Amino acid sequence: MSIIIDQATTVVVQGIGTQGTFHAKRNLDYGTNVVGGVHPKRGGGRWEVLDLPVFATVAEARAETGADTSMIMVPAPFAMEAILEAYEAGISTIVVITEGVPVHDMTVVYDRVVRRGGVRLIGPNCPGLISPGEANVGIIPANIAGPGTVGLVSRSGTLTYQIMHELAQGGLGISTCVGIGGDPVVGSNFLDIIRLFADDPDTHAIVFVGEIGGTDEQEAGRWVAEHIPDTPVVAYVAGFEAPAGKQMGHAGAIVREGGGGGETAAEKKDILESLGIAVATNPSEATSLMIERLSGGG
Amino acid sequence: MDLLEYQGKEFFRRHGVPTPPPGIVCTTADEAEDAARELNRPVVVKAQVKTGGRGKAGGIKLAEAPEEAREAAAAILGLDIRGHMVQLVYVEPASDIADEYYLSVMHDRVGKGYLVICSAEGGVDIEQVNRERPEAVVKEAIVPSQVEGGLPAGRASAIVHAAQIPDAAADAAGELLVQLFDAFRLGDALLTEINPLVRTTDGRVIALDAKVTIDGNAMFRHDDHREWADFDRRGDDLEARAKRKGIQYVKLDGDVGVLGNGAGLVMATIDVVAQAGGQPANFLDVGGGASADTMAESLAIVLADPQVKSVLINIYGGITRGEEVAKGVIEALDRLGGIEPKLVVRLDGTNAAQGRRILEQARHPNVVAAADMQQAARRAVELARG
Repeated sequence: MSIIIDQATTVVVQGIGTQGTFHAKRNLDYGTNVVGGVHPKRGGGRWEVLDLPVFATVAEARAETGADTSMIMVPAPFAMEAILEAYEAGISTIVVITEGVPVHDMTVVYDRVVRRGGVRLIGPNCPGLISPGEANVGIIPANIAGPGTVGLVSRSGTLTYQIMHELAQGGLGISTCVGIGGDPVVGSNFLDIIRLFADDPDTHAIVFVGEIGGTDEQEAGRWVAEHIPDTPVVAYVAGFEAPAGKQMGHAGAIVREGGGGGETAAEKKDILESLGIAVATNPSEATSLMIERLSGGG
Repeated sequence: MDLLEYQGKEFFRRHGVPTPPPGIVCTTADEAEDAARELNRPVVVKAQVKTGGRGKAGGIKLAEAPEEAREAAAAILGLDIRGHMVQLVYVEPASDIADEYYLSVMHDRVGKGYLVICSAEGGVDIEQVNRERPEAVVKEAIVPSQVEGGLPAGRASAIVHAAQIPDAAADAAGELLVQLFDAFRLGDALLTEINPLVRTTDGRVIALDAKVTIDGNAMFRHDDHREWADFDRRGDDLEARAKRKGIQYVKLDGDVGVLGNGAGLVMATIDVVAQAGGQPANFLDVGGGASADTMAESLAIVLADPQVKSVLINIYGGITRGEEVAKGVIEALDRLGGIEPKLVVRLDGTNAAQGRRILEQARHPNVVAAADMQQAARRAVELARG
């Protein structure tokens, strides 16, 4: 089935401008239970395009609709405030699509929200998540993948679409796909999501898609090796050709000059392979490796 | 965004972190001589480049007299320091140094907080000290909730003492750390590093160098950072030109231009080009929802690199729409006139079919369609080989 979101998920949207409305409409059309929008100045009004109510605050939206999930699409200067508001209102899953959130803001959010526990924060700067056939919260094009048993988690947006596309061509469906975002501080990392996949009876295999920068991939790899050694797990790490000291688009995708800290794609691949995890060097190979592992090889 | 040393020191001064008296930025040896005369005391002439190791590379020289400052600047301007060409020198009043230490505050990605690093062994490669004698380097992790009103003076003092900064400097260094922490946090920096932090012969503790990285995402609340951002985008190299347009571009050494939507996908595309036996010429992310105009400008930037022999455009549309990409490619070719390199275009995702149709109908001799990413990479590599 799925993790984090399913047919029972009820979603409010913070940030109901052009982009917020466009994607909320797509999510609604997919069958996601979007129940309303939040806008401080338009409370009590209607969200015309979706024919849903607009609330002035998340607390009000939650009191009226019982929403458990918030999709945040407000501009970056207001993202921290919006996340804290959702948290204070008792929302249990907060998905932040907004890009360009300052690192200091996310560090404070991490401290006040994630460290305290009890809430699932995804993002910021992420495409959101989709459980095919169940619900779609975010901007992932829903038509790419069908339902299945592969859990997919990724730091990158369009690369996720590429991998879903390749998996679909290889006949593999998705239980849930989670884009965790490419910023240095994100609410959920690979390990947080992989643990949920490990507990999900309907996720039988996992693909995680990393990139240069940080060492979260290794942490996830060590956990996989120790706790779910028999689950087919394939990793892919982007950025083998990335030079040190240059940020490759994502704020988190940078290898410190001097190196040696496990932040390059090659280092991550070596470490993951030493842990017994199959590592692809490109998106197509991720699919072929997964097929191999599912058929008992590799 | 990395600041140059003189900008970093200005950043420090704005937040009360003590530095040497302000100097003067120069672009010629004549200017350096005038600057030294104006400052009317011994000066240090320092290369302004965004990389370390300037001292070893001959990028820092002491000058007693204005003529010496001229000679020093003449020797430093135009130097290549680890791939960075020196175009500016900073002429700064010289300080009488008694002792050198190390101090930094940085964002800690692993700990999701802040990290203060302090050592009584400064003026040298701190990574090396850390490898050889880790006990000489104090690393203190701090979480935001502990420092909402700033770094407490007692904690700063404890860090400085733990690092065995000598008594003669400890109080002043502790105070400076409190100020540095404010600069880091209130100034939305990701890194503030002072190496060396010095005690002068008259007993003051000041930042003799400044390595500062500020968070470009926080620009909306820092009009005071605007001039540095503008400075960062000036210049006529391709990276500066891309920055002005809000396009992510990194120059690499090969001959296959690579352009796509989304950082991860572009990184993956570069890898696939290399695996196909080619050499990527660049990383270019057109971003989400790229318009025809952004596509055209992006292509112009990639093609402005004379090494580029073929270009691979790899688009997986989410927000980005296939027909916009296709129009942008055609528009760019029209705008650029008769270009040499062939463009291999792979389009998938939102409105990809419309996009492919537009490209097909245009029948442009320089545009080659590819069915998937692997095929596109192989084709682009073949075309680059000629």
